[in-house]
Amino acid sequence: MAVVDKQILGRTLMVKLSGELDLVTAESARLAIDGDLDEFSRVRNLVFDLTDVKFIDSSGLGMLLGRYKKINDRGGRMLAFGVQPVVQRVLEMAGMTKIMGIASSLDEALAHC
Amino acid sequence: MDVSTQLNTVKIEFPSRPENVAFARTAVAMFAAQMEFTLDDIDEIKVATSEAVSNAVIHGYKDQIGIVTVTVTLHSSHLEVVVKDEGVGIADIRQAMEPAFTTDPVQRMGLGLVFIREYMDEVDIHSEVGRGTELVMRKSPRTVGVEPAE
Repeated sequence: MAVVDKQILGRTLMVKLSGELDLVTAESARLAIDGDLDEFSRVRNLVFDLTDVKFIDSSGLGMLLGRYKKINDRGGRMLAFGVQPVVQRVLEMAGMTKIMGIASSLDEALAHC
Repeated sequence: MDVSTQLNTVKIEFPSRPENVAFARTAVAMFAAQMEFTLDDIDEIKVATSEAVSNAVIHGYKDQIGIVTVTVTLHSSHLEVVVKDEGVGIADIRQAMEPAFTTDPVQRMGLGLVFIREYMDEVDIHSEVGRGTELVMRKSPRTVGVEPAE
């Protein structure tokens, strides 16, 4: 399973993902995150800890984009930190880094929320 | 199959279940490591294979379960990965190759073929509606190839 930890910090949902984000794991992540977004209407921002994500393909990107749309609709921000180079390249090629902030740490990500 | 001009080849067949996408890309990446690819190259081959097999699972067979065949071949100058399904086929290959074309924009952003074209040196698609699709990808190491086995 891609989601290994979730925490709500104020109005920010922090999600730690792990492993390879593909067709299977992206769907399980989507369900887990959307469940929290539906349950906790006060959440405006979403921060991903991608430290332990070693692979992402377009299925993973689709999951991120879908969550971005939900957060954007709430007027919040979506950021990621701990992005590995192999993941960063895919995010950049897809243009995700233009809409999703990339931070160097959780503290920096939270400072932008 | 004429194997005389090939250094090595492996063919794997599996049901078009999403759970098998990870197995396929990992197997191809491990096989590709026989050539002098950089780690970045291997990552790119892994992404391209994941996209090709995901396409077969999602678009080739839609809600049905069929057989996906992945054949990976080591040639003296390049690696060739062929992903084949016997699913619905592609009506308009040129349209399918366009960036962000997709029948399911929410799930995968329409970027599957974009990544394949970006990460592999050559891509050929052969498809016939109602008969299936064969996607052929080739990539050469930036350095020299491997020596043929004795």
